[in-house]
Amino acid sequence: MSLKDLRGKSAIVGVGQAGIGEARGFSAMEILAQAATRAVADAGLTMRDIDGLATCSSAASMWALPVAEYLGLRPQFIDSTMLGGSSFIAHLMPAMMALESGQCTAVLVCYGSTQKTGTFSRKGMTEAFRLVDPLPYEHPYQPMLPPTAYALAASRHMHEFGTTREQLAEVAVAARRWAQLNPEAYMRDPLSIDDVLGSRMISTPLTVRDCCLVTDGAGAFVLMRADRARAQRQKPVYVLGNATAVWNRQISSMENLTVTSASESGRRAFEMAGLKPSDVDVVGLYDAFTINTLLFLEDLGFCKKGEAGPFVENGGIAPGGRLPVNTNGGGLSCVHPGMYGIFLVIEAVRQLRGECGERQVPDAKIALAHGNGGTLSSQSTALFGLEETL
Amino acid sequence: MTHELPPSASAAPAGPDAVFQDYLAQGEFRIQQCGSCARHLFYPRVLCPHCGGTQLSWRQASGKGTVYACSVVMGKPGTDSDYAVVLVDLEEGARMMSHVIGCDQHAVKIGMPLRARIMERDGKPLVVFEPANGGMP
Ligand SMILES: [Zn+2]
Repeated sequence: MSLKDLRGKSAIVGVGQAGIGEARGFSAMEILAQAATRAVADAGLTMRDIDGLATCSSAASMWALPVAEYLGLRPQFIDSTMLGGSSFIAHLMPAMMALESGQCTAVLVCYGSTQKTGTFSRKGMTEAFRLVDPLPYEHPYQPMLPPTAYALAASRHMHEFGTTREQLAEVAVAARRWAQLNPEAYMRDPLSIDDVLGSRMISTPLTVRDCCLVTDGAGAFVLMRADRARAQRQKPVYVLGNATAVWNRQISSMENLTVTSASESGRRAFEMAGLKPSDVDVVGLYDAFTINTLLFLEDLGFCKKGEAGPFVENGGIAPGGRLPVNTNGGGLSCVHPGMYGIFLVIEAVRQLRGECGERQVPDAKIALAHGNGGTLSSQSTALFGLEETL
Repeated sequence: MTHELPPSASAAPAGPDAVFQDYLAQGEFRIQQCGSCARHLFYPRVLCPHCGGTQLSWRQASGKGTVYACSVVMGKPGTDSDYAVVLVDLEEGARMMSHVIGCDQHAVKIGMPLRARIMERDGKPLVVFEPANGGMP
């Protein structure tokens, strides 16, 4: 069997979100369970039908255990691989293999965090990470992580390719313009390039508006084998390709700051799907920082290396532009509860089902979701399609 | 050649992290070189990430480096506490994160030539850099 044999063999049959923005009064587990309940109901299933679980958390090292317990699951397949924000896209491949082998019949992939309103804040988490996950060759130099790591990549992209701060700002402005079409997005007030350039500098060349939001939020989706998916209530969204790549952990160990391992995950995912970038109708790229979107447009082959700056100019990836990117508003304007990967999958599914209202990309048949984790450390790419693309 | 321990190290065996620190405490900035592929590596390891070789020896670093990437972390306005975090390409080919001392932090630029210094920070020796050749490439 080759990976190509897994193309279109599994489909997402249900998606759900909860606690987007602020979930004051709720715990991370509670909004996760709400999102999971909605995803399962969306699929026309009940929680008793779920016999596979993929989840992880940056706050708990044995997260799959309390999730199984809380939801009342007795999963026959469990994946809790923690790769940072790309995790929930990376969970697709093992879940597909588990479904195909008959290990289980319905996998719930889920995540939730209350890092905005919860008692365990992002600041507390950063301090805890320095103890449990020390970086002895970076921490003494006090990089503000993660922003400084991405800022270093941005400095290099600007140096090598002449990319400008205005082009970085275009990414934030495009995300905001999409968010204004999405009633669920957290930040929807107008944002201009000058607003981005004039906002507080965090770690040069990135301002606070080049950085993703800090919000609460939970997301979930259910994956089933294609033959079973066709019997569920929603139009199945098939997984056509998925691949994950990791080349380093620390930004100081990254060989070339302008080429991420998305160049490998993308190549392998497109190969499995038998597709090329020009086949993709709607694109989701993990925009933890504005530089991410530029790097991933290049590394995934939507433009040549070094040309993403001009590519996004004049609203290139905004509504009405040449390529619809991050149509929910992205991590920059919609939602970013610590790890964002699962929301990329959910938006891809909603676009392919045609449920996106004002922000709907007309006639979308192929969607790409690309997740990033750590400090440009882990990359996972997935391609999704409708029945007619099989 | 196997791990050659610093002269003052006790007889107790120590891993590369500790050996690196020991050298620094003696005022020496040493990095490892792989006996199989001849490449230098940073940070210290028990194997070469380029070829998997385990015959690593400690070489005196020339201390010469160049700024590969730079970001200035902004402190509270008006406190003069902005500081540049740099990735430095060492002459030997390895890369490390560091600080550049003795110059305007906003004047640190990619391509700037540097020279390593060992300074004490929080009671521990730390490799930092200062501009070389007046900071001109
Ligand atoms: Zn080697």
